[in-house]
Amino acid sequence: MERCRMVFSGSGGQGVITAAIILAEAAAIYENLTAVQSQVYGAEARGGATRSDVIIADSTIYFPKVNQPNVLVCLTQEAYAKFSPIIRPGGLLITDRRYVTLMKKVDARQREIPMFETVMDKIGKPIVFNICMLGAVIAMTDIVKPDAIMKVLERRIPENFLEMNRQALHLGIELGYAAKR
Amino acid sequence: MSDNVKFLQGNEACVEAALYSGMDFFAGYPITPSTEIAEQMAIRLPRIGGTYLQMEDEIASLCAIIGASLTGHKVMTATSGPGFSLMQEALGYAVMAEIPCVIVNVQRGGPSTGNPTHVSQGDVNQARWGTHGDHAIVALTASNHEDLFRVTVEGFNIAETYRTPVILLFDEVVGHMREKLVIPNPGEIPLVERLKTSVKEGIDYHPYLPREDGRLPMSDFGAVHRYNVTGLFHDMWGFPTDNPKIVHGLLRHLVDKIDNNAHKIAMYKDFYVDDADRLLISYGSAARSALHVVENRRSRGERLGLLELQTLWPFPAQIVRERARGMQSVTVVEMNKGQVLEAVKSAVDKPDRVFLANRTDGVLITPTDIRNFLRVIKGKGI
Repeated sequence: MERCRMVFSGSGGQGVITAAIILAEAAAIYENLTAVQSQVYGAEARGGATRSDVIIADSTIYFPKVNQPNVLVCLTQEAYAKFSPIIRPGGLLITDRRYVTLMKKVDARQREIPMFETVMDKIGKPIVFNICMLGAVIAMTDIVKPDAIMKVLERRIPENFLEMNRQALHLGIELGYAAKR
Repeated sequence: MSDNVKFLQGNEACVEAALYSGMDFFAGYPITPSTEIAEQMAIRLPRIGGTYLQMEDEIASLCAIIGASLTGHKVMTATSGPGFSLMQEALGYAVMAEIPCVIVNVQRGGPSTGNPTHVSQGDVNQARWGTHGDHAIVALTASNHEDLFRVTVEGFNIAETYRTPVILLFDEVVGHMREKLVIPNPGEIPLVERLKTSVKEGIDYHPYLPREDGRLPMSDFGAVHRYNVTGLFHDMWGFPTDNPKIVHGLLRHLVDKIDNNAHKIAMYKDFYVDDADRLLISYGSAARSALHVVENRRSRGERLGLLELQTLWPFPAQIVRERARGMQSVTVVEMNKGQVLEAVKSAVDKPDRVFLANRTDGVLITPTDIRNFLRVIKGKGI
């Protein structure tokens, strides 16, 4: 497989870092791939643009940071403004339609996906926005199977909240497939 | 999926390794980027009947684990640069009184409170000479979670074997990064347990009288023997003395017990060193970038090799000298102003062929940075 370098960005509280950890864990533990996840700590991670890097590969990963992502997810305008210039040419840029207005074209496949709106419409709880985003990402990249994500969620999330997360994941997968076409 | 396969931070891997080693007493004062160690200890230790003590500062933290170690426990504390500075006095005490203990320093930038949430390897020489007076010290490091686990367990083993404080000198990138760790089964990595005295209750116990093999059996403090422990030069009963012969003998013992076993304490990894004509020497997270460059250059036919150091102190001078012999250039990749560079220069036959590839701005040195340094070195005609 080709090495997948991803950057998840948004603002604190949207769960982008949690989503990145869940994806990397799913890949490393349930898909038998190699994954490294890291995040930027510090002043810029508070209030401003939050960023988490994930690399997934079928070989050893040495340098653990992402310079140029193949896949960039931006869930706020600020994150989009800050990180869209670093995307790898020909990469995939996923933004949320409610939070991000695309300003200029980058040399990448740009996909505006109504993730937040769909979550609010179908589930009504913004807390699973990140899981919906994760669904869209795995549908568009085929990097891990939905089943692997669910196994991580089962390990990490209280049973009462599992169904809501499953629903959000599948909403995201549908949106991802639709955007892929 | 079995419970021993985890996806976790380096700091959490360190906790797993400490618990694997039988550590059951942790005292600390949380500080970024080591906080997750204290956090996880506070969760895990009470569940297994161990003790987590939240202290008022780092001075107290190290003093607390020294006391607990004397009573027979395997102990640990964790901190970062500023806290490690505060620990230096007690660190010297642990050296002098020969107290097995493990001190984790997840490095951030410095001096002072520095760059709390960013990476650095600036405390290498502080680990060596932070506490005053002639002494030997053990400092270990690692670049990935599997190694970090083994190095931590080995740290406890070294602490018990040589009755010495051991410093685990990790860094922010490895501490916070998440990757997979398969926790070894019990027994897979041998553990060194406390060597306890066979002297019975009511019979004189000499806490600083070595056995024939040089090791000093311990008696749990507060149990059956009364004895003295001091930071002053002391005799075999543990009482202060200024007798020049005893002072000289003790200082030699403290230094020799580590230096004479440097070859046993030396942990390192060779990557493509055998047929290399140029060598990188690195450690900690910087070694990940160095290895990235080596793999990349090898695929283009360049004969670049990497010596990754896991033992920083006592400095594995002999290993470094052997590996560096015949190399066109030796480049030390680290995130400070050249702290290991100096040790490498004094170890090798041709110090004028040793160069530095570094970064000191709180950002992990990248493979591109290293390639640029190598280009400059080659440009000099070396």
